[in-house]
Amino acid sequence: MSSNHARPTGPIVIDIENITKEYVMGEEVVRALRGVTLQIRRNEYIAIMGPSGSGKSTLMNMLGCLDTPSSGRYEFNGKNVAEMDDDELAAVRNREIGFVFQTFNLLPRSTSLRNVELPLIYAGIEPERRMERAMQVLRDVGLGDRVHHKPNELSGGQRQRVAIARALVNGPSIILADEPTGNLDSKTGNEIMELLEHLYRRGNTIILVTHERDIAAHARRTVHLRDGVVEMDHAGFIPEIDVPIQATPVS
Amino acid sequence: MKRFLYELSESWKIAAAQMRSNLTRSTLTALGVIIGIIAVTLMGTAVNGISIGFDKSMAVLGDDVLYVTQWPWKPVDDWWNYRDRKKIKTDYAETLKRMIAATPNSNLITAVPTSNFMRSVKYGGNQVDNVFVLGTTSDFIITSTIECTAGRFFNELESRGGANVVVIGYDVADALFPSQSPLDKSVLINGQLFKVVGVNKRQGTFLGLFSWDSMVAMPLAAFNKYFSAKTESDVRVKVKDKTRLNDARDELTGLMRRVRGLAPEKKDDFSINEQQAFKSTLDPVKNSIAIAGLFITGLALFVGAIGIMNITFVSVKERTKEIGTRKALGARRRTILLQFLIESTALCLFGGFIGLVFAYLMCFGIGQAFPSFPIHFSLGLVIVSMIVSVFTGLFSGFAPAWTASRLDPVTALRYE
Repeated sequence: MSSNHARPTGPIVIDIENITKEYVMGEEVVRALRGVTLQIRRNEYIAIMGPSGSGKSTLMNMLGCLDTPSSGRYEFNGKNVAEMDDDELAAVRNREIGFVFQTFNLLPRSTSLRNVELPLIYAGIEPERRMERAMQVLRDVGLGDRVHHKPNELSGGQRQRVAIARALVNGPSIILADEPTGNLDSKTGNEIMELLEHLYRRGNTIILVTHERDIAAHARRTVHLRDGVVEMDHAGFIPEIDVPIQATPVS
Repeated sequence: MKRFLYELSESWKIAAAQMRSNLTRSTLTALGVIIGIIAVTLMGTAVNGISIGFDKSMAVLGDDVLYVTQWPWKPVDDWWNYRDRKKIKTDYAETLKRMIAATPNSNLITAVPTSNFMRSVKYGGNQVDNVFVLGTTSDFIITSTIECTAGRFFNELESRGGANVVVIGYDVADALFPSQSPLDKSVLINGQLFKVVGVNKRQGTFLGLFSWDSMVAMPLAAFNKYFSAKTESDVRVKVKDKTRLNDARDELTGLMRRVRGLAPEKKDDFSINEQQAFKSTLDPVKNSIAIAGLFITGLALFVGAIGIMNITFVSVKERTKEIGTRKALGARRRTILLQFLIESTALCLFGGFIGLVFAYLMCFGIGQAFPSFPIHFSLGLVIVSMIVSVFTGLFSGFAPAWTASRLDPVTALRYE
């Protein structure tokens, strides 16, 4: 295990202690997480890596409050998430977490502006402020001239920018990006990584879930998962350690 | 609350966009509701029309007239108690009339006898069968809403003298005298000639209920002269103030007991009826027609609702990933529930509105083609069918919307 000396010292946003998650698939009980302990502080840039079946996706769902652990403690900004009901989880997702998906997940028939507005509607913000805020965030990601375009009128990179704007619009505590460049060519992928780097420098907390080494290399801290436990958690990126992980093909 | 309103308006926008982008599908699905609403609305107008028709027929009886009869105007179980009652005689009317005149502050105005018989009426080569032949006095017009379009009702002189004169109903006049005025012509009833002195104003028939249109009235004296004893007789008594019908009824009961010479311990051996009693026996009939009709047409709407339910399920399935995304962005269960409920409701309202327009046009067409058909389109019907549309939408959308709202966000996001 690597030491933690390079970590930022900001307040703890995510505090996970010994969480487990079990699924019943058919007659089999799948133990996707077998006791994961993790702390993430404000303004960290962390990559979660691991081969297929390592529990990476499950951990991401936990971190994103899309799912609750079977056991263990999960505190988000000091609030116990494990005991929240569906609506409370929805509120946390709305205000504290900005999701960026591999497939962008934009609403196909809505304009960029309407897509970005959506989390503000769920937050109960009045129309004028909604509009103002969405416009501002779209300008921040460099799409000030694309606000009335629908997703099918935008390039892949532009779509992911809209998705990032949507993730940012409620000023979340963390941005949770799941393979954000997975559906993009490498040039566009690099542009997106630059945008995330820019957001990190502006003080955002970014959690990157990926199996690609060169994408993970952008992060300041890497967590390796294997068989539902944290195998390694180290500052920076150590290519020689990461090689064997890459050797396993990931879906 | 504010948030709810924003979510509501958002849901309407989604519903509108959804309908626009799946126009063919939405229209076909709405077709079920369109047909359902047309069926229910037309049935509603028919039920309305039937009700109005009933009331119109009832009006013939007059709401300020009491009818003294042997049998009550309602179904009775102990018919044997009524069978042996003495018949009502037409001379009671004369006696009652004298008594009323002698009573200070009487609640009653006058009494009129009526006898009737079904007979054929002939003129030249034309014949009308089963005509309701009424024998009465010239006072009859006091107790009745009857009006003459041509000529007049027979007068007191003709009445007392038993002159061979008749006043005929509109349909009778129409059948016997298709191309000429019936006035002063003589019609043949039971082998006797009667001169037509008046024709009644058209009243309209309805479901074979009683109507002046197929009636002939003649002086009672003439009636008694030519038609043998086996006739039904009633006495009609006009009331002064219809708001005090019960007092009038009590007074009339007292008078009738005196006419019949009943000892105080004896029960009444006659019945006193009023329009209201008749109405209350007919109302259940009217209501069963309404319930049966609306139930059957309601089935059409139900089929439409199932179509909406089906398409909403399809919509939920197609947009599983979208639901997952929305949940990830902070949509709560009830947000999703609302979204799909509004979608199905919007579809039903759309169908309901179109159905209503069609129903209105159809009513208009039917009204033009068959003026006598009882159909009645009203604002109330518009409001009711819109409410029915909304409830159909909520009903058919609930199951799919509930399914959508309960989707696990993780599963939904992974759905392809």
